[in-house]
Amino acid sequence: MNDPSIPGIPQLIEIARSVRIDIVQAIHHAKGGHFGGPLSAVELLVALYFRELNIDPVHPQWEDRDRFILSKGHSAIALYAVLAERGYFPVEELMTFDAIDSRMQGHPDMKQTPGVDMSSGSLGQGLSAGIGMALGARVLGKSFRTYVMIGDGESQEGQIWEAAFIASRYQLDNLVAILDYNKVQQFGWQYPEPLLPIDHPEEKFAAFGWHVIEIDGHDFNAILNAFDQAKMVKGKPTIIIAHTVKGKGVSFAEGKYQWHAKVPNDEELTLALAELVRREG
Amino acid sequence: MAQELSQRVVFGETLVELASQDSRVVCLDGDLATSTRTDMLFKAHPDRFFMMGIAEQNMFGVAAGMASVGLIPFVSTFACFTAKRALDQIRIVIAQPGLNVKFIGAYSGILTGKTGKTHQSVEDLTVFRAMPNVVSIAPIDGVEVRQAMHAMVEYDGPVYLRLTRDPMPVIMGDSYQFQIGKAVTLREGKDITLIGTGEQTQRCLDAANLLAADGISAFVLHVPTLKPLDVEAIVNAAAATGLVVTAEDHSILGGLGGAVAEVLGEEYPVPMKRIGLRDTFGESASNAPLLEKYGLTARHVAAAAKTLLEKRST
Ligand SMILES: Cc1ncc(C[n+]2csc(CCOP(=O)(O)OP(=O)(O)O)c2C)c(N)n1
Repeated sequence: MNDPSIPGIPQLIEIARSVRIDIVQAIHHAKGGHFGGPLSAVELLVALYFRELNIDPVHPQWEDRDRFILSKGHSAIALYAVLAERGYFPVEELMTFDAIDSRMQGHPDMKQTPGVDMSSGSLGQGLSAGIGMALGARVLGKSFRTYVMIGDGESQEGQIWEAAFIASRYQLDNLVAILDYNKVQQFGWQYPEPLLPIDHPEEKFAAFGWHVIEIDGHDFNAILNAFDQAKMVKGKPTIIIAHTVKGKGVSFAEGKYQWHAKVPNDEELTLALAELVRREG
Repeated sequence: MAQELSQRVVFGETLVELASQDSRVVCLDGDLATSTRTDMLFKAHPDRFFMMGIAEQNMFGVAAGMASVGLIPFVSTFACFTAKRALDQIRIVIAQPGLNVKFIGAYSGILTGKTGKTHQSVEDLTVFRAMPNVVSIAPIDGVEVRQAMHAMVEYDGPVYLRLTRDPMPVIMGDSYQFQIGKAVTLREGKDITLIGTGEQTQRCLDAANLLAADGISAFVLHVPTLKPLDVEAIVNAAAATGLVVTAEDHSILGGLGGAVAEVLGEEYPVPMKRIGLRDTFGESASNAPLLEKYGLTARHVAAAAKTLLEKRST
């Protein structure tokens, strides 16, 4: 890509701001969906769709495109907002989220939404499908790369570790997993004191034979560098462990499991939008 | 207005009640405590609540081990995951040895809070009805949920309990006595028989009212236990009118409609229609448009009844 219109970091920050506003408005309008998980993933998704992925929004089914799987499918509204901002469909369509006959389903549906490469929603399944795409690219002699975003709670599923084993066994250096490490799941362990969804994922994935990169998942520089670094790795899959904040950008929801799938009321919407619209510095 | 209760809230309250009465009762949860309302047990008896992570297959295996040493585990997650994600575990270490595990299918059917086809459960009754040794129960309301849970604890063996999410009217009176394997006549009638299971029986009662307005007298049978099936009650209900409509928030393939068709086909053939999902997955939406689009409203049940009546008279 040497398109002069490639967005720089300040533009990416603005896009992320718009995406968060889209997300909060769509959830409020739908009176449904998840809140915390979509917001923690925004910078990662914006960096993927506006800088990293080799894609063509006009031809969502282009065979040689890079693939992306949102394995933590309950965060679908974040993916839809990014796809809309990227031009796959009108931003207004986000307001049909969760409504009857809508292409914006509660969980990603590859047969409904342009730009969605794999259906998901039952946690733990996306990484396996990603392996299939990466192996497919190898068999077909294609150079496209496959990216899969997983959650930290989701990483409790055994299937994630079955996939982790197979991906490194097949030395899939065309596969990148991204862990949205926001440290909060739906309810989790709250007694006698809160516990992390998963401890030391860096050690666990390294032990399974993965190349591990740890970054701040809200820092565009760090995210883009991690994607570049992943391309240099040969003979193993890479996981980017992105430290994030659940509910990022909406102060009263940040880090709170209670906001996993809560719908903001009118007052909370106003507060959230005021915070998101305000420019820092 | 009639009193309304959410099955999931009654489930949480009854779990606390059962755990307080019986020290063998424990609960395993797949990170859905605030949805399925097992958080009530977590608050009341934190030592009897086990958060097993988002890892359903392991969770059911753990429950089997607990049952084998004498506990009575209630395993709780959404119906879609109970009936599919952990199915081999349920089959091998729970159903085949007949271990005393109670497994919950929360948020069953298509009314799952807009989560869509991945989270809707339209084939769980088929799955568990086909699995030897498993008792399957789908209550009509909160009163029946509570009674069914008490019966489940008294019964020694694997039981599947299918629950719903949203508040619905209470139908059963204080004198009602749930019994595993017993269907209940909710309304006598002579023109057409409506047979429902779970919350969908409520829409059969509403359909009976619609039909009554047109001078049609409907017999309504509620079948809370899909297995063992009350064959006698079903045959008697069919014989009462000679026409049968079944209704369920579930696929028509292999659930209540399938079960009734099998029974009547062998024992007492009568014309019938099945209301339910017609070999399709669902989608995201709020309850009213879903019931409308997938043909589950009382109006749909009444229309099926009328079609059968018209056919008979021609
Ligand atoms: C197999 C499966 N079990 C349970 C659920 C219900 N569920 C949806 S989101 C969620 C918590 C996910 O936590 P995490 O992966 O950390 O996501 P995030 O915090 O990023 O939202 C749960 C339990 C599910 N979708 N799939």
